[in-house]
Amino acid sequence: MKAEEKPANLSKKRRKKVRNPHHFSPKTNIIMTVLLGLSAFLCIFPFLYVIIISVSSEESLIRYGYKLIPEEWSLDAYSYLWNMRGQLFQSFGISLLVTILGTVISVLMITMYAYAISRPQFRYRGFFTFFAFFTMLFNAGLVPLYIVMNQFLDLRNTIWALILPLAMNAFYIIIMRTFFVRSIPEAILESARIDGASEWRIFFKISVPLAVPGIATIALFSTLGYWNDWFHALLFIDDPNLVPLQALLMRIENNLEFIRQNTELGGAVQEIYATVPQDAAKMAMVVIATLPIALTYPFFQKYFISGLTIGGVKE
Amino acid sequence: MKKFFRNLWENRTWLLMVLPGTLWFILLAYIPMAGNVIAFKEYTIHPEGFIASIIHSDWVGFDNFKFLFSTSDAWVITRNTILYNLVFILLGLALAVALAILLSQLANKRLAKVYQTGMLFPHFLSWVVVSYFVFSFLSMDKGLFNNILESLGMSGISWYHEPEYWPYILTSMNVWKTVGFSSIIYLAAIAGINRDYYEAAMIDGASKWQQIKHVTLPALMPLMVILTILDIGKIFRADFGLFYQVPRDSGTLYSVTNVIDTYVYRGLMQMGDISMTTAAGLYQSMVGLILVLLTNYIVKRIDKDYALF
Repeated sequence: MKAEEKPANLSKKRRKKVRNPHHFSPKTNIIMTVLLGLSAFLCIFPFLYVIIISVSSEESLIRYGYKLIPEEWSLDAYSYLWNMRGQLFQSFGISLLVTILGTVISVLMITMYAYAISRPQFRYRGFFTFFAFFTMLFNAGLVPLYIVMNQFLDLRNTIWALILPLAMNAFYIIIMRTFFVRSIPEAILESARIDGASEWRIFFKISVPLAVPGIATIALFSTLGYWNDWFHALLFIDDPNLVPLQALLMRIENNLEFIRQNTELGGAVQEIYATVPQDAAKMAMVVIATLPIALTYPFFQKYFISGLTIGGVKE
Repeated sequence: MKKFFRNLWENRTWLLMVLPGTLWFILLAYIPMAGNVIAFKEYTIHPEGFIASIIHSDWVGFDNFKFLFSTSDAWVITRNTILYNLVFILLGLALAVALAILLSQLANKRLAKVYQTGMLFPHFLSWVVVSYFVFSFLSMDKGLFNNILESLGMSGISWYHEPEYWPYILTSMNVWKTVGFSSIIYLAAIAGINRDYYEAAMIDGASKWQQIKHVTLPALMPLMVILTILDIGKIFRADFGLFYQVPRDSGTLYSVTNVIDTYVYRGLMQMGDISMTTAAGLYQSMVGLILVLLTNYIVKRIDKDYALF
């Protein structure tokens, strides 16, 4: 806000000189600064609200509902989650493993594929470009994929059911190909060839280092895709040992919902209901699953932005 | 023939590079594509596995499609998918462009960057997380909205059982999650507009609004048209997470939350009519293919650089 106040302190004459004519007039600028500030706040507010709920005591949640300022603060939800950390750590580990392994595999496959179809020396580049591209035009559909994964490849309840479906993506291949075409002058590769370097050596020693910004973009898209994936766990995973964090979040909800709906079932269930800080614990899990992203995305966003602008323009 | 093998050998490095990806495409894209023949069969599981199941299932021609379109579901899911996407596209476009223009005009550039970072946040979240965000507002007995209603002396609303509110809720959530990200591309385009146009307009005495109307918007128009047409190519494809997670799969809301993607998912998981569900998926893919080809053709005629192929 300070920057907006400054021009008001100057004389009217100076203000005219200082003001950039490409910006709003000072008055409109203040209104718009507030308005846009509110919109930006609205984008992060739900997360702050969920954090607040997670540190409210269960009793005050039951009595007063989700308050913006809780009647009583409490970290019970987090200590409860700490007590059931076995499943939580397991799921966190699965998410981490799937994300890291998946991103490495995915980036390797996409980069090699994109590089090959970006090279004019590759005789069959047209065919392989279309081979990847057609999968963007015609979607195979959910049911056939489900049957192939379960009955043909037999990947149900394996870590590969979470990794493979997201490993290739024709759109990323197109982005990477554009990146290779733009960032690697053929002349450099030609001189390396004259020096007797093999194509693999050229690929790893020259092309990949030159394409690091593009590869970073793909890697981040991929990381986010794996970390946030719950859909493939919904389809292919029943084994509690293989449930990733996002899917655990989804399932906890279903389980608690089930307990809540069946409270008249009997003593044992009711006992669980009474001791679990239900609402706060759910929201605490949301916080734990979201925090890694919330803390890191501001540093990575420029790669997402550059990916978006590369993706918009073709070779 | 000999020449063909020599060509293969000469291209071995490149072929090796595309090999893993090609295998992936065959196994997880092309074999499933071929699996769509199930839509024309009465799928029965055969003990000898997937291929045997397909071979041993009886052909039924277009019966699965006839059955699908004889139900009211086909109409409801098609209507919902198209109408929601249409609203998302138009509203998203208007808001993304407006946001980009406003951000570009802000005097404090660092603040504009901070705002932009804030508005990008929803893009990085999964729909599961977002569904909890929504729940914290809409919970019947504890949510923020009902708290406010009750403090105003009104009775709370059972949000997850009242279909009338959901078109607005789903639209708001989609806008909330996507607009910050989609404004980026317009922001980049605005930065690329030649400043001389504005200076010329200012010399002619154009107001800020007139400058936006006569310089900024016309300059953004080609990009707006192209991105919109490309979006229309995807109009038959709904965001599964939005329509499945955010309404918490509430049955009373299906009339306004069921889209083709959720229908296919539920068909697969609950109804068990594999063939008819495949038919629904194939219907989506076929219309999708036609739309993408059509919209790409139109984009190509406007600006070749933006066409997909």
